[in-house]
Amino acid sequence: MSPIFTSVLVLGITGLVLGLVLFSVARKFHVEENPKVKQIEELLPGANCGGCGYPGCAGFAQACADSSSMEGLKCTACKDEVMRRIAEITGHEIAESASRVAVVRCSGSCANRPSVNRYDGPRSCAVAALQNGGETGCSYGCLGSGDCVKACSFNAIRMNPETGLPEVDQEKCGGCGACARECPKNIIEIRNRNKADRRIYVSCMNRDRGPVAKAACSVACIGCGKCVSACAFDAITLEDNLAYINPDKCRLCRKCESECPQHSIIAVNFPPRRDESSSPIEQNS
Amino acid sequence: MMSQNLFISTSPHIHCGDSVERNMHLVILALVPALAASVLLFGIGALIVTATSVASCLLFEWLISKWLLKRERCTIGDGSAIITGILLAFNLPSNIPLFQIVMGSLFAIGVGKMVFGGLGNNPFNPALVGRVFMLISFPSRMTSWPVPHQMLAYTDAVTAATPLGLVGYQNDSLPSYMDMFLGNTGGSLGETCALALLIGFVILLAFRVITWHIPVTIMLTVAVLTGAMWLVNPEVYADPLTHLLSGGLMLGSIFMATDYVTSPMTRKGMVWYGIGIGFLTVVIRLFGSYPEGMSFAILIMNAIVPLINNWCRPKHFGEVVK
Amino acid sequence: MSLRTFSTGGIHPKSNKLTASGAIEPARLPSQAVFPLSQHIGAPAVPCVSKGDRVRVGTQIAKADGPMSASVHSSVSGTVSKIDSIVDASGLRRPAVFIDVEGDEWEPSIDRSDNLVINVTMSNEKIIERIRECGIVGMGGACFPTHVKLCPPQECRIDTLIVNAVECEPYLTADHRLILEYPDQIIVGVRILMKTLGVERAVIGIEENKPDAIELLRTKTQMVSGIEVMPLAMKYPQGGEKQLIEAVTGRRVPPPPALPAHVGCVVQNVGTVFAIYEAVVKNKPLIERVVTVTGEGVSRPCNLKVRMGTPVGQLIEQAGGMPENTAKIVSGGPMMGRPLLGTDVPVVKGTSGILLLSEKTAARKEERNCIRCAKCVSVCPMGLEPYKLATAAELGRWEVARESWVMSCIECGCCQSTCPSHRPLLDWIRLSKKKK
Repeated sequence: MSPIFTSVLVLGITGLVLGLVLFSVARKFHVEENPKVKQIEELLPGANCGGCGYPGCAGFAQACADSSSMEGLKCTACKDEVMRRIAEITGHEIAESASRVAVVRCSGSCANRPSVNRYDGPRSCAVAALQNGGETGCSYGCLGSGDCVKACSFNAIRMNPETGLPEVDQEKCGGCGACARECPKNIIEIRNRNKADRRIYVSCMNRDRGPVAKAACSVACIGCGKCVSACAFDAITLEDNLAYINPDKCRLCRKCESECPQHSIIAVNFPPRRDESSSPIEQNS
Repeated sequence: MMSQNLFISTSPHIHCGDSVERNMHLVILALVPALAASVLLFGIGALIVTATSVASCLLFEWLISKWLLKRERCTIGDGSAIITGILLAFNLPSNIPLFQIVMGSLFAIGVGKMVFGGLGNNPFNPALVGRVFMLISFPSRMTSWPVPHQMLAYTDAVTAATPLGLVGYQNDSLPSYMDMFLGNTGGSLGETCALALLIGFVILLAFRVITWHIPVTIMLTVAVLTGAMWLVNPEVYADPLTHLLSGGLMLGSIFMATDYVTSPMTRKGMVWYGIGIGFLTVVIRLFGSYPEGMSFAILIMNAIVPLINNWCRPKHFGEVVK
Repeated sequence: MSLRTFSTGGIHPKSNKLTASGAIEPARLPSQAVFPLSQHIGAPAVPCVSKGDRVRVGTQIAKADGPMSASVHSSVSGTVSKIDSIVDASGLRRPAVFIDVEGDEWEPSIDRSDNLVINVTMSNEKIIERIRECGIVGMGGACFPTHVKLCPPQECRIDTLIVNAVECEPYLTADHRLILEYPDQIIVGVRILMKTLGVERAVIGIEENKPDAIELLRTKTQMVSGIEVMPLAMKYPQGGEKQLIEAVTGRRVPPPPALPAHVGCVVQNVGTVFAIYEAVVKNKPLIERVVTVTGEGVSRPCNLKVRMGTPVGQLIEQAGGMPENTAKIVSGGPMMGRPLLGTDVPVVKGTSGILLLSEKTAARKEERNCIRCAKCVSVCPMGLEPYKLATAAELGRWEVARESWVMSCIECGCCQSTCPSHRPLLDWIRLSKKKK
């Protein structure tokens, strides 16, 4: 027998046997998978941000395919269009749910909140928050090392080098909450996008007494309670020297914003005020 | 709160003052005796090769970090590129042409170190990566060693076989132990003078740059294994002392195997690593096709270091030993 | 004869004991004293005075809240001006009682005489109750309530009391001076503790760099049975509880949650022993402590006997003022102390020293790649791999850190202070200890 023939024979038989083994194993261990899962997964962004509450995009796709309705299923990172297509695949009605956005509740920029100490540890908010309240007199506010930026899978948040605070890109943010979970000071809140994406919130987390808070930061909430009495809808509560606007009750009237002596209430995406004389800056001066 | 602008980083608040630079500079200092010996033995050629190698290593590290990696801070100041340059040169014959040295340096720095992210991330010793690259690319140039004491000769130097090349063929024409100890034999320019390398070892130990574990276990393993073989058949196998004093064994075990980045993290791991290098060196020297096996042995063990680190973990305080 | 020490890791930092020969001086009374309500591990104490109340030295101003808490006593006489918050040594603003000082009027129940009482006849329960009432906590820095330590779990049989007089932190000499100036009181304190714990043997562990203290304690304990003075070789962190137990007895405490009591030992700091003597014999709550005020460029480094609540700035003043180049104020020693945010921070039960560091020492050097030199591994007294723990934390791999025993880390700082690449190893390790 020629050597060539032998090798061809040996290799051929080996290949055949192994092929049969692979085939039978594949048959035996075949898992019937819902084809919808794969289709849905292809539509999802694949960032595994966890904003939907499921373990990654694959988990969400599985949940969509298994569920009998789209109730409570919403990919926070997807546009409505994508959710509609997912609903088409599953054959269920799309559930209406408010879209959400991350809101940074601190206005303590370098100018408003001067630093009194120097932190020279690693650039990580989590590490900085371990032993002290940060470089400034306010131990509640932003630490400025950008853990939220690292947490975001969608490039929707970035540090503004001028203010030293994170800024949320409203277009890109889907409100998945990854940044809020990462922030050791819990200054990021996930709020509903209202009509025309208008939002009004207290941009401060400082729970110190008024004078202490004011000394540390010129735009800190001092807990004076003017906004509480100004609100006609009981939407504002005051706890531990800090006001909070409940987004479910707030009717976006903007009365509180003009009342706040510290300008710590921020209104976003509102048209400019008609009556210039009532602008908060002039009132204050 | 008064504005004092105090530092508020957490404890510890003091540092022992050690730095990467300090360690690297001490290694360079420990290499100086061997460099002096090589100049005395191989003359101007040794100087040319070392200078070219160091200069090109520095240049390539600077070029790569500046233009390819676009790093803000260049790392050539830490001294590691100088060490790579010197060690690469020490592994070359003193009559090797310049362009080959430059290519070897490029490979050592580029492929051996910078592709992994620079100092600290490289799995293999960069100088050895460069040396093995050259050994495979330019085999004839890399294995013809000039005879010592040709002070002004460079590429035109007369060459001869090294002691290890003679073993097994002409055992009676081996140089004396004293000649091998002082480096009075052919060989790569930095590896021949065992005395100078041992002085370097003492410097490294005195300044606590390295511990004794790796070099001593390599030498012991080599001595024990070659000794056993020598006792079996002294006709074919050289005696342990010849093995210890010849080839790159001293250079490799003292300076190359002890490289921080590519050696294990625990004492126990270092001992196993040393035994592995010694064993592989002996196997390659006695049964392989190359007369010298140190560089391959170190590179192979470098690859196993992560496994050694996983296996030889320090004993956790209070851990119950079963 | 080679001296005993612990076996794994450890470093030899420059000891810098500038104040070793400086006698303890009384610190000036402050004009306002501030008493944070959490001066200990465990729940904060609950204030039991209100604004306008008159207090005397030794009056209880806050009650312990639960078994792991400790009460707080006023160290001055005067009027409570407010109950507010202050930034304490933790760097956070926490509740505190402010007292305006008027005169120096003590509670009559406190025995202020210097009489040494040698025989204590109080029952064990009474002693522990007294220690609890007096708000005594571990004075080495961890501030663990002492009465908890004196009631070890039922299943443990305690056979050795170890008195920690090691003071391995550079710069600090408060314990050293305390031994030299109050040796008799400390020995009575040791005997009280031996009686309470029911042990026959007590060992005073002390590093060899305090030969005068060793000599003095040896002569004083010659006549007392059961107390041994054991000089130890110098090595940091010998004052760590587990390290000291190993150095003295050779026993190794198993990893958490095991306690020293599980190997039959109870460790008490020598400052705590002194405070116990004063509490039990003199009925004096924990209102004073010795603080070493020292540092680079301090013109008159000294050991001061300070009333709790005194602002740190006043102590610095008494030590000759703050040097121009001060860039960091540390409460405690340079290896494990906490950085202070300013000079308003009050002295609390755990303040063993005030250390001023210049910019050159305090500023961290630029961080480099890990060069895998393995120095952190060889100095770790707990046999951990700091390089690996820090990298795992940096990458957010908490489970890897946990599997590598991160919870055993005692935060001694050996790894970070040794790292040639100046990596903030301990910062990352602390973070992964917090992330459970």
